[in-house]
Amino acid sequence: MKHLKPLNKKALRIEETISSTEEDVIALQQKPMHTPMGCSISFSPGWEVDAGGGTAGLCQPAERDIYDCYVTCFWPVQVPDHVNYSPDWASNCATAAKDWRSLDIIFP
Amino acid sequence: MTTILAPKYRRGDIHLFDADGAGFVYLASAGAIFALDEGAASVMALLGERQMAYGEMVGALVEAGYSRADAEDLIRELRAVRGIVSDEIREAPLAPPVPPEDYPLQALVLNVTNQCNLACTYCYEFGADKIATPAGKPKYMTLETAKTSVDFLLKSSGDRESPHITFFGGETLMNFKLLRDVVLYANEAAAAAGKRMTYSLTTNATLLTDEIIQFLSDQAVGVTVSMDGPPDLQDKRRVYKNGKGSYAVMEPRLRKLIAGHKTRAITARVTLTEGVTDVIRIYRHLKDDLGFHEVGFAPVTDSGEQAYTLDSDGMDTVVSAFHELAAEWLAYALRGEMHGFSNVSETISELTQGTNKSHPCGAGLGLVGVSPSGDLSPCHRFTDADTHVLGHVTTGLDKEKRTDFLTRGHVGAKFDCASCWARPLCAGGCHHEAFVRYGDTGHANLHYCDWIREWTEACLKIYGTVAQRNPEFLERFAARKGLS
Repeated sequence: MKHLKPLNKKALRIEETISSTEEDVIALQQKPMHTPMGCSISFSPGWEVDAGGGTAGLCQPAERDIYDCYVTCFWPVQVPDHVNYSPDWASNCATAAKDWRSLDIIFP
Repeated sequence: MTTILAPKYRRGDIHLFDADGAGFVYLASAGAIFALDEGAASVMALLGERQMAYGEMVGALVEAGYSRADAEDLIRELRAVRGIVSDEIREAPLAPPVPPEDYPLQALVLNVTNQCNLACTYCYEFGADKIATPAGKPKYMTLETAKTSVDFLLKSSGDRESPHITFFGGETLMNFKLLRDVVLYANEAAAAAGKRMTYSLTTNATLLTDEIIQFLSDQAVGVTVSMDGPPDLQDKRRVYKNGKGSYAVMEPRLRKLIAGHKTRAITARVTLTEGVTDVIRIYRHLKDDLGFHEVGFAPVTDSGEQAYTLDSDGMDTVVSAFHELAAEWLAYALRGEMHGFSNVSETISELTQGTNKSHPCGAGLGLVGVSPSGDLSPCHRFTDADTHVLGHVTTGLDKEKRTDFLTRGHVGAKFDCASCWARPLCAGGCHHEAFVRYGDTGHANLHYCDWIREWTEACLKIYGTVAQRNPEFLERFAARKGLS
């Protein structure tokens, strides 16, 4: 710490605790680089809901949920899997906000 | 609907103080002390006026000449130590956790007798506000009870290597024979258990003999002498049953004790009462004329309605004298010398550690009192009080009663303490005093809150100044244990 100087034992312990968390393991720093796929690295705002529980004012459309799970994720979710089984599922849906009705159920 | 999150920041649970021209923060939730640099102090000053959003704080610092990165660093540091907190964070209220069931004992206070050759008018054991109910109980502890107590302590002290026995009374030396036998027994019993027993005693010094002094010195028994000052002040309330003062009897014996006992510090413990408030004169006499190593002062414990009660005028006199001695203490410290005013030394010692108390003292936790009958109580002040018995040396501590005592005495159970920055050291104050004043050991001692805060602030300023100008001096306090 630069702006606060610990002056007693308790303060020193607090400083140690803080600096130990500052130097903690940082994700994605391994060599060689390991790049996980899917939503585990999606920190984009608008992924779920806003603080009030709504979806309307998010900076990304709620429909984005469909495509993030569909396009990038290998994990079995409640949308079809673009990577393995349903590469054409969304081909009739150019603009999700307008064409979402053309997204159909998949029968594997 | 769009919700923009812009948390406001405010000062955390802290106390700010200045010393030696610099700014410091005392964290009330931890007992930690940090020195603030100019920027940190200015953020604290800004937040003293109003709450601010993150961007505003950064902006103000940038305007004051900080780089943006540095300003953000500074705010991150203040946030990390909880010197500042956002209004999104709600601290969980202090709540007393269930006390540990098997907390190892560190000390036993053996009331070797409840009899006394003096009749000090303010005595909490025999005076108007006494809570003891000694009728029908033994007046002197038997050797059997004392040995059982030693065994109980050794068995209950867990991994502690140096458990401690304090001999107390009544007047302790009225049962010196027992004291001597107990020490010899405890030395052996402790050695057999792979431990080392340490000892102290409190006495009025009127019954000291050469033989006793030699024994206390040989066995390294720490001695605290209850004494109120030079003859006129000592003899005001520390009197024999016939009203005669005790100074003339104790003085020559005391001088022999101080000259002959070289293995431990000899300390004086002064009780301040109505008319006995000349702290400076008392200190000079005890330290310089008689040669005590340390002198500590405490206002008398009473219900607030006794003739000897220290009223607020008396307290003001006392506090201003305390400040005068504290300034002297600081001057000594800056020269690297120890001053004998133990009210400062004790507090500095706790500040060095960063003590953050769950309870005001170790009573019922690491320390218990034993009455002459073998009854256990939270401390010596509850000896022989039927309503405060916590068990018996033969059967051990009554867990339920002890839990009740500790739960009520926990600082988190004292509503008034939750908003007080001095609670890490005070924790609501003496359980016994609370019982005498308010009828509940778990009540905060509200009658001296302002005084405690004023005194703690004074000691913080001393700490800050010494930390700036002679930090090595504070290292001497790292190993010092509280005497109280």
